[in-house]
Amino acid sequence: MTTAQVATEEPLLKIRELDKHFGPVQALYHVDLDIPPGQVTALCGDNGAGKTVLTKCIAGIYQIDHGQVSWEGHPVHIHNARDAARLGIETVYQDLALADNLDIVQNMFLGRERLRNGLLDEDSMERSAAETLSSLRVTTVRSIRQPVASLSGGQRQSVAVAKAVMWNSKLVLMDEPTAALGVVQTRMVLDLIRRLRDKGLAVMVISHNLNDVFEVADNIAVLYLGRMAVQDKASNFDRQSVVEYMTTGGLGRSSGRPAKDS
Amino acid sequence: MADPLKTADITGNAAADLTAAAPEAAVAELPPEVVAQSLGEYVRAYVARIRAGESGVLPVVMAMVAIVVVFQVISPNNVYLSPGNLVNLFQQSAVIMVLAMAEAFALVLGEIDLSIGFVGACGAAITVQLIQPATTNWPWPLAVVAGLLFCLVFGAIQGTLITRLHLPSFIVTLAGYLVANGLFLKILLFGPFSGYPNLIGQTDNLHFIYNLMWGTIDPVVSWIGAGVVVAALGGFIWFSDSRRRTSGLVAPPASLSLIKIGLIAVVAIVVVGICNLNRGVLIVQEGVPWVIPIVIAVLAAWTILLGRTKYGRYLYAIGGNPEAARRAGINLSVVRTTAFMLCSFTAGIALLLYASYLNGMSNNVQAGYYVLYAVAAAVIGGTSLMGGRGKPLHGVLGGLVIGAIYNGMYLLALSFEWQYIVTGLVLLAAIIIDAVSRRGSTSGSVSRV
Repeated sequence: MTTAQVATEEPLLKIRELDKHFGPVQALYHVDLDIPPGQVTALCGDNGAGKTVLTKCIAGIYQIDHGQVSWEGHPVHIHNARDAARLGIETVYQDLALADNLDIVQNMFLGRERLRNGLLDEDSMERSAAETLSSLRVTTVRSIRQPVASLSGGQRQSVAVAKAVMWNSKLVLMDEPTAALGVVQTRMVLDLIRRLRDKGLAVMVISHNLNDVFEVADNIAVLYLGRMAVQDKASNFDRQSVVEYMTTGGLGRSSGRPAKDS
Repeated sequence: MADPLKTADITGNAAADLTAAAPEAAVAELPPEVVAQSLGEYVRAYVARIRAGESGVLPVVMAMVAIVVVFQVISPNNVYLSPGNLVNLFQQSAVIMVLAMAEAFALVLGEIDLSIGFVGACGAAITVQLIQPATTNWPWPLAVVAGLLFCLVFGAIQGTLITRLHLPSFIVTLAGYLVANGLFLKILLFGPFSGYPNLIGQTDNLHFIYNLMWGTIDPVVSWIGAGVVVAALGGFIWFSDSRRRTSGLVAPPASLSLIKIGLIAVVAIVVVGICNLNRGVLIVQEGVPWVIPIVIAVLAAWTILLGRTKYGRYLYAIGGNPEAARRAGINLSVVRTTAFMLCSFTAGIALLLYASYLNGMSNNVQAGYYVLYAVAAAVIGGTSLMGGRGKPLHGVLGGLVIGAIYNGMYLLALSFEWQYIVTGLVLLAAIIIDAVSRRGSTSGSVSRV
């Protein structure tokens, strides 16, 4: 089924036979992954399955040992976060990487400030930040000049996402976006993910939470002990089968579904 | 029968109180100028913040008033508020103000620099030695550059050790303090006034350094200069605020901009007015001392650097969340090392003013505990010891408070023992204020503690 997908639509990001090890520990082994444009791909897996390592390889934080990475059909080498950003890959980490003491605008432009006559162009940055936030319909914040310290968890997540999509990005990687959030805040973030997809962005969400996965994901990929156990359309899974892939790497006898076909 | 009713009433009240408290707490987290659309709203937001422990500059102003009242009452012949003493107070405070602005670079990063007192003293001693007519007789600009260059290099070495080798700044700068103290005493020994290089003499170079603290500007020129500064600053505030208001950006209400400009004008008029009164005893002595525009120039330069440039933004980002800064592509080592260089550089300016105040350099320079004064001044002004929060203006306000206490103790002729004890207590009070204000609020660096 993975191959069928490739035939119908060129994936935005195509990874083949990716290996990554840390000293003697093989973290990822021959991993294949397709991320189609304009869809939400969920990356699942138990603790230590290699989800975060794979994400960091895509984001340019880690260097891959072997394997091919293609972006929009062209082979690429992502050496650092700047390379990833140049391609249009932005990452929202679990800790969000926001500076509490800076306000929303300052955080969104951190590291890419606009200047006028050598000084910060606050007016222009504030206008762009407001546009991005309203396009994502992030409207619950009282003022975009309030420090991030005064925001709720969901609002922080929204700011981190807005920061990621402001740069003509095509793929947004999100590491456990709902892990620390309550029910209402989780809903807010899931809506946000859907809006990103509606804007034509590809989203890869790492998540343990199968409720969230089934709610937003178009595709599901499951890592098991550093190998890609399965990747397929979300409609071809149910909760039971995802859990089995996560815990055993394959479908057991009890499920009655065919084993993975790749 | 009345009992259950009463209970219901109590719980009802409690519930109402809880819901009432929630929005107030939410308001208290925001700076008032960010949420207020009118002056009334601003005042309400400000009161809410004070109640929540985010008091801004209010404690500084209140402390200042209390200090002035107490010393005015107990000082001999109520001399505390005389024009002569007030100008003297400005001059004494100036060194602490500039040193506190220096320390701000380290404090915003969440670091500390204990060495700057003696590093600055070395720089000032180098300058004073180089302009001695009997020996090198350098022109003052070259000598000043040489002194400040020493400070930059010393700061660069310390900053490199701290950032590249990941050593704690407390220890590195404590070592730097001792090294600089020794170097300072060595530098003093050169030349004909072994141990006491001074500014006594008739050359222009000596006069210039002496005038940094003691030179005065003609009263008429003082008024014109103050008018120009207030007009420029007021115009800038008014036009940038109203431009933001018309383009729908977050901006304070017009009345608040006017109040700000009014306050600046009042401060300027009071300061220039006091300085222009004749404070001489035997001869006419009036006019604004040079040191005031010097402090304002340092304040303006560092306020622009920290508030309106990429470099300043990165400094705050690193102080708030170094990991976020690193992921944003900021070169942490470069920013932090240069912060320590700017810290030492500014300290060089501060101690040059001190040399001018003392009319030379000697081993009486109490650079060691001037550093503690500087840290206390920055913290009293509102800078956090935990990083991420602080402005050059905090150092100026806090420096005025410390200077006011120092000056008062001097007038009362308190012995050195008492001065040490009071210094220690003031530093302690500053740290307690910092800790309590952080506990009372949710913003700033609280999440890093």
